[in-house]
Amino acid sequence: MYSASDLRKGLKIEWEGTPFEITEFQFVKPGKGQAMYKTRIRNLLTGTTQERTFREVEKIGKPDLIERDLQFSYAHGDDFVFSDPETYEEYTITAEQLGNNRWFIVEDMIVAVLFFNGKPIDITLPYFIEKEITETEPGVRGDTATNVTKPAFIDNGYEIAVPLFISQGDVVRIDTRTGKYADRVSTGRK
Amino acid sequence: MQNRNLKRTARLNALKPRLEARHQCLKAIRAWFDQQGFLEVETPIRIPSPALEQYIDAEPSGQGFLRTSPEFHLKRMLAAGYDRLYQIGPCFRQGERGAIHHPEFSMLEWYRTGATYREILDDTTQLIRACARALHGSLRWETHRGMIDVGQDWQRLTVADAFQQYAGWDPVARWDAERFDVDLVEKVEPGLPHDRPVILMDYPLPAAAFSRRSRLNPGVAERWELYLAGMEIANAYSELTDPDEQAMRYEQDAADRRRRGKPVYPRDEAFLQALHEGLPECAGIALGVDRLVMALTGAETLDEVVAFREIIPD
Repeated sequence: MYSASDLRKGLKIEWEGTPFEITEFQFVKPGKGQAMYKTRIRNLLTGTTQERTFREVEKIGKPDLIERDLQFSYAHGDDFVFSDPETYEEYTITAEQLGNNRWFIVEDMIVAVLFFNGKPIDITLPYFIEKEITETEPGVRGDTATNVTKPAFIDNGYEIAVPLFISQGDVVRIDTRTGKYADRVSTGRK
Repeated sequence: MQNRNLKRTARLNALKPRLEARHQCLKAIRAWFDQQGFLEVETPIRIPSPALEQYIDAEPSGQGFLRTSPEFHLKRMLAAGYDRLYQIGPCFRQGERGAIHHPEFSMLEWYRTGATYREILDDTTQLIRACARALHGSLRWETHRGMIDVGQDWQRLTVADAFQQYAGWDPVARWDAERFDVDLVEKVEPGLPHDRPVILMDYPLPAAAFSRRSRLNPGVAERWELYLAGMEIANAYSELTDPDEQAMRYEQDAADRRRRGKPVYPRDEAFLQALHEGLPECAGIALGVDRLVMALTGAETLDEVVAFREIIPD
């Protein structure tokens, strides 16, 4: 158990049976009143955030969270299947649990999978992944400006804004934290 | 190591305008009290019996403690016949660290005999205006929450009205200790206006601390708190002068602290003795100097108005 005075930004806690991460934290103490900790916490199961004030007397749970490196095998509908590279044991995470990360998983990629009470709940992707552009307007050769963009799609249908010089078949680097185009890795068909 | 030293020097240099404002503010405070015929005194910082309160923890120091407030010593002087006293100095509260908390902070306290919390409110109004004039040459200035005008009427809100308005219930009619503190910081304080000073007044009796029961409305205590730019700055009372009531509150708070496994400080017998001998009707206030300087200079954190912040683990 944690006591409220252990709380700090970044700490993962269990509250009412759900794992949360503290994303904002503020010590407050009204005149003559008790010490309290005003926090914003992110639900690690759903990704949603909420505000919550913890009082000093509250006991806060330590969540049973572990991280394991698993390999992404395949997606079947909304189920994303990961396997242990040594035991081949398979674990399923739903698209909803993955949130935006679902678009950036590359086949055979090794990712850190977060388990809560033995069940996989989330993954941590590398900051950058590479994906091929499968659909976009023809590229404008020589236009190297990156601030003017056009819509494009990657194989799984994710829409991304890319600079005008990008063509179908180009491989681009995507920042998984923002979901945005970073740079071009290689060109496809000439 | 050298880099860290450069950062410390850079920080001290950057602080200069605020430390100069702090100096101006202290000068204005002393000038105002001088003009009003107050006596500035210094009472001990290391004491045997810090005032026992439910949620204030004293820092042990040798066989004694560092004071959490100079309150009891100042009241002993009032009982001895002094009528207008003030003190500016450090106070210590264990474990309080945050954007507007520091375990060591500067407190201004003043007391008047033959007065109630209403006269203290008049004092405070004049004093804050004097500080604003000294610093800004005006009663309006920009805080970190926008413009404030301390020249217009201050907003007075009873705790009952404020809770009904912002939290939807009345803690005077039906006390709920747990809900009171949480709703105060989550709903009431964030709702208070920032464009003028706000006085939250007439606290429920269980939140009276050392204030006396109201003569007009026996359901509440004569206590108010001043907010500037959404930040609590000062706490004022018509002081409790009844020794039996004071001893009873000590026992209640002691029992509550024991239940929560908190240390119970010895009763201040010299103070109780002074009450028995006769503390005249009086009123007083504790005002956080660092926070006042924050509000006057638009600072968002206490660290921006103090030269040093020594961090010692609890």
